[in-house]
Amino acid sequence: MRTPPWIVGEVAISGLRVPQVSTRWNQADILGSFKARWGWGRMRYAVEPGLYAVGRPTAASPVLVSANYKVSFDRLRKTLSGLDLWILVLDTKGINVWCAAGKGTFGTEELVGRIAQVGLADVVSGRILILPQLGAPGVAAHEVLERSGFRVVYGPVRAADIPEFLRAGQKATPAMRAVRFGLWDRLILTPVELAGVLKPALILLGILFGLTLVREGFVPFPILLGATAVKAIPFLGAILAGAFFTPLLLPFIPGRAFAWKGWLLGLAWTLLYLQGTNPLWPEGWKTALLYLLLLPPIASFLAMNFTGASTFTSLSGVVKEMKIALPLQIISAGLGILVLILTLGAAL
Amino acid sequence: MRQSYLKNVVTLNLNSDKCIGCGRCLEVCPHDVFVLESGKAELRDREACMECGACARNCSEEAVTVRAGVGCAYAIAIGMLRGTEPHCGE
Repeated sequence: MRTPPWIVGEVAISGLRVPQVSTRWNQADILGSFKARWGWGRMRYAVEPGLYAVGRPTAASPVLVSANYKVSFDRLRKTLSGLDLWILVLDTKGINVWCAAGKGTFGTEELVGRIAQVGLADVVSGRILILPQLGAPGVAAHEVLERSGFRVVYGPVRAADIPEFLRAGQKATPAMRAVRFGLWDRLILTPVELAGVLKPALILLGILFGLTLVREGFVPFPILLGATAVKAIPFLGAILAGAFFTPLLLPFIPGRAFAWKGWLLGLAWTLLYLQGTNPLWPEGWKTALLYLLLLPPIASFLAMNFTGASTFTSLSGVVKEMKIALPLQIISAGLGILVLILTLGAAL
Repeated sequence: MRQSYLKNVVTLNLNSDKCIGCGRCLEVCPHDVFVLESGKAELRDREACMECGACARNCSEEAVTVRAGVGCAYAIAIGMLRGTEPHCGE
């Protein structure tokens, strides 16, 4: 395999040649991170598992444990500038620490196996491993100690806090232990939500084009395209309401269930759209009915999917929410489609 | 800004009789659910639990129990379709 550009040297220790990683990003790292945020090649964005060196570590240097999703690994190494330490990268199949810990790939088994495989006990004199706190759902610290002789210390949630954590004698402050979900944290997660709806959105566009073709007959292509675009606006708004604005405004939207929050924003968009395009509602009541039935559940469904990206939803909560919301979404959208069929597409 | 989810759904439980007060649950909890009171862990804010299972996994005495899993509608939906546990696809 070709040596990746972020490997800048080697550190020789007890007969091993450990690759030394850069703490800087190059253009490929920046681009790669950006692409992954949009879901492009995200499932294959991985680094080779194994032991890596940062700076000039010795047998007495600390050992950090990480996942092999390259976005995570890059964020970690970027914060370690000026430090001398080891990074043990586990094979999490290119998945981030939190999700991999949930699946168990960032887990006791893999950690114990990787310690043995790289011969960590011969490299370092200490018997302490610093794990990201969010890896804890997959790793049983007491079992790791029993099976490998290494004691697990859970470090901060965020890689950026690691230098401070090390300076403080491997002590994490309460702020380092808490997960956050601020405006920026939510915003940066929306591209992958939007990329996820691209395929169904294109199918929808195809259907709208077909309906326009049937209604308008054989008019010039640009006119056909324009008419389709106009018909797509209400749907595009519903998609943005659910996959972009609900995540962004999450704590400010009343209620607790994500499906409810998305439905509210979807309804607000529908009313706004109807008011803007069709102020004399009683006349176009079929159109109003169609959009009121069809658009809010789209936003609701997409908002519900954001539970997976959030940092505070429980399995029991999401199951409860889905049991109530999913049937309602299907019924509402189904009735909307019924209106569309009964009016032979005229209500669009 | 503290964001909270549905009420009365959390499955987290702590058996104080088994607790040895090692403090691991406090260390791993991302939502500051636990507190150490006179040598024993206690539930400070049970409703904040997101059921990640870190505390239960790291409790050597098995004093903490929780139905652990991902609070992810997408994974749950795929699990429903396949008739399996929640699954992210692939």
